[in-house]
Amino acid sequence: MSSETKQILTTDGIPLEVSLKKAEKKNKIKAFLLVAPLLLFLVITYIFPIGDMFMRSVDDRMVTNMLPKTFKAMEKWENLEELPPEEVYRGFYEDYKVLVENQEHGKLGQRLNKEKNGFNTITKRLFRQIKRNKIDESISIKEQINKIHKRWRNVEFWLAIKRTAPPYTMAKYLKGMDMYVASDGSIAQVDEDRRIHRILWLRTLEIAFFVTLFSFFMGYPIAHLLATLPMKYSNLLMICVLLPFWTSLLVRTASWMILLQQQGVVNDFFVMIGLVGDDNRPEMMYNKVGTYVAMTQILLPFMVLPLYSVMKTISPSLMRAGKSLGGTPFVAFWKVYFPLTIPGIGAGCLLVFILAIGYYITPALVGGASGTLISNQIAFHMKTTLDWSFASAMGLMLLTGVLVIYWIYNKLVGVDNIKLG
Amino acid sequence: MALPSYTETRYRIWHYIYLTICTFVFFFLIAPLFVIFPLSFNAEEFLVFSEGMKNLDPDAFSLRWYKDMIYGTKNPWGLAAKNSFIIAIFATIGSIILGTLAALGLSSRHMPYKGLIMATLISPMIVPLIISGVAIFFFMAKAGLAATHTGIVLAHIILGTPFVVITVTATLSGFDHSVTRAAASLGSNPVNTFMKITLPLILPGVISGGLFAFVTSFDEVVVVLFLAGLENTTIPIQMWTGLREQLSPTILAVATCLILLSTLILISAELLRRRSERLRGINR
Repeated sequence: MSSETKQILTTDGIPLEVSLKKAEKKNKIKAFLLVAPLLLFLVITYIFPIGDMFMRSVDDRMVTNMLPKTFKAMEKWENLEELPPEEVYRGFYEDYKVLVENQEHGKLGQRLNKEKNGFNTITKRLFRQIKRNKIDESISIKEQINKIHKRWRNVEFWLAIKRTAPPYTMAKYLKGMDMYVASDGSIAQVDEDRRIHRILWLRTLEIAFFVTLFSFFMGYPIAHLLATLPMKYSNLLMICVLLPFWTSLLVRTASWMILLQQQGVVNDFFVMIGLVGDDNRPEMMYNKVGTYVAMTQILLPFMVLPLYSVMKTISPSLMRAGKSLGGTPFVAFWKVYFPLTIPGIGAGCLLVFILAIGYYITPALVGGASGTLISNQIAFHMKTTLDWSFASAMGLMLLTGVLVIYWIYNKLVGVDNIKLG
Repeated sequence: MALPSYTETRYRIWHYIYLTICTFVFFFLIAPLFVIFPLSFNAEEFLVFSEGMKNLDPDAFSLRWYKDMIYGTKNPWGLAAKNSFIIAIFATIGSIILGTLAALGLSSRHMPYKGLIMATLISPMIVPLIISGVAIFFFMAKAGLAATHTGIVLAHIILGTPFVVITVTATLSGFDHSVTRAAASLGSNPVNTFMKITLPLILPGVISGGLFAFVTSFDEVVVVLFLAGLENTTIPIQMWTGLREQLSPTILAVATCLILLSTLILISAELLRRRSERLRGINR
């Protein structure tokens, strides 16, 4: 009896183990059902659309759908150094005729022109020949097309068509890094004076980095003061941190615009103390200075709050112990206090950096031309040039960067440890 | 924070340097907000302190921009305020309901894939707003909800729920689950238990999450810029347009009202936080 342990049964006669598993499973489902509405809502309205952004950014099916017969025939085009065989010409001719009927030939011309300069002219010539019924389908189409323009006899142009065959393209991502696919299929850099995006990426990183640095050097002392002062004073000072935190971003940006303008308070003050002449007031807005100052003030609370919550848990007796063991206040601070605040430093810096790297409103208002960031470029392509696929590609490049930082943040701090207010 | 009497002079100097730095930083944080107050009472049309204001001449001050804000003929502030409040209220309700339910599920120790799901639910807070804006715009355009109040409310629910999830999860972390079991053993059904036992206890967290969601919606401009049509203009959109085109002192009058509103919210959030800590037995 004692050697073989008997299965414990519940009052219903079911083994306890089975019953317990069933109950656990039920609890699991219950918990999941509570989360499900929000999860489903976010997946549909948010996660899928981000996936949709990705599809848009790589989508290049336009030509693929326009020239089905051409690409089918091109599979048989083996010697790529010579002009394609008759079938390819016939396929292209037939596809093009369909496009002319649907009045879509212009779009194709423009798209191919992007791939290789000079395409628009020769597709227009072909269009005119078709309109005038000059092309005799009973004889070789290759010879007739080749006669229209000498570029049709250039294999480079046929290779350009072939390059547009894949339904997906990385071209928008390359463009975001100032690169492009050259005519021989290799990846090349754009001319030095046209590398605008790389400058923007670097500037975004630079501004995010320095804003984080400034916030750290300003946030650390005041977080320390808030954590060490007696409650009744620190609560009062905490308002200085929390009021900006709760105030509208636009209000805070507006106040910086008033302060930093040429006739503004800061310049008035500089003139008053004789730092600058009245007729020589420096421009502090619509450039990097404005972006730095305003963004630092706006993001500073996000640095102070995590630091404060960590410092609050550090017992003051540790510092006293350090000092009593012979350390000077500096040594005690550097060897005892500072290492204990590192989790807070990590949390604050990553939070500020993540927020700064995607900042849009403040740089757009006080940044001018030299203070704009990558977000402003994304908005520009969404609203002005309407190149949505390019905006999506840049957005996803930015998102990848942010997710990497978020992942580090999660490893270091854990998302569930984010504290608010 | 008085220094002990035996402190050496050089550390005394350091201490005063440190206090000076702190004073400067606190000033840097709070002073910009106060420049708005006096200028919003400016009698003139410029956004600089006039000579009269510097001399405290009563004639240099007036309420004309407040009057303009309320009665101005071409002013969109009335419509914008109405829209902002409607959108923010519905977005807050939606965020509270979805976020609280999710937080309850996440706090259960039976929840599978907790880390992954939490990260997904928090993501709208981490992903840069401009990317959220683009993605949400694509969805709303496909769903035919662009330039509608419904679309903006849904967008703001997406952005607001992470705050509710975080605050309610934090409140639930100190929650004693034996009280709900006690209620169940006394014959209460789960809904009744939630309404009578759990909800009152986590209410501070729910409300403070709701405040965050409200402020997020009320202050949100990036996503709305993509979604809003002329009919759905909000206060932030009007401020954005005003700040871009020409700085009129009316904006400062609006800004002053917004600062007062945020002060109110700050006070309620602080009171709630203290109440919540008292209820959870955390004494700091």
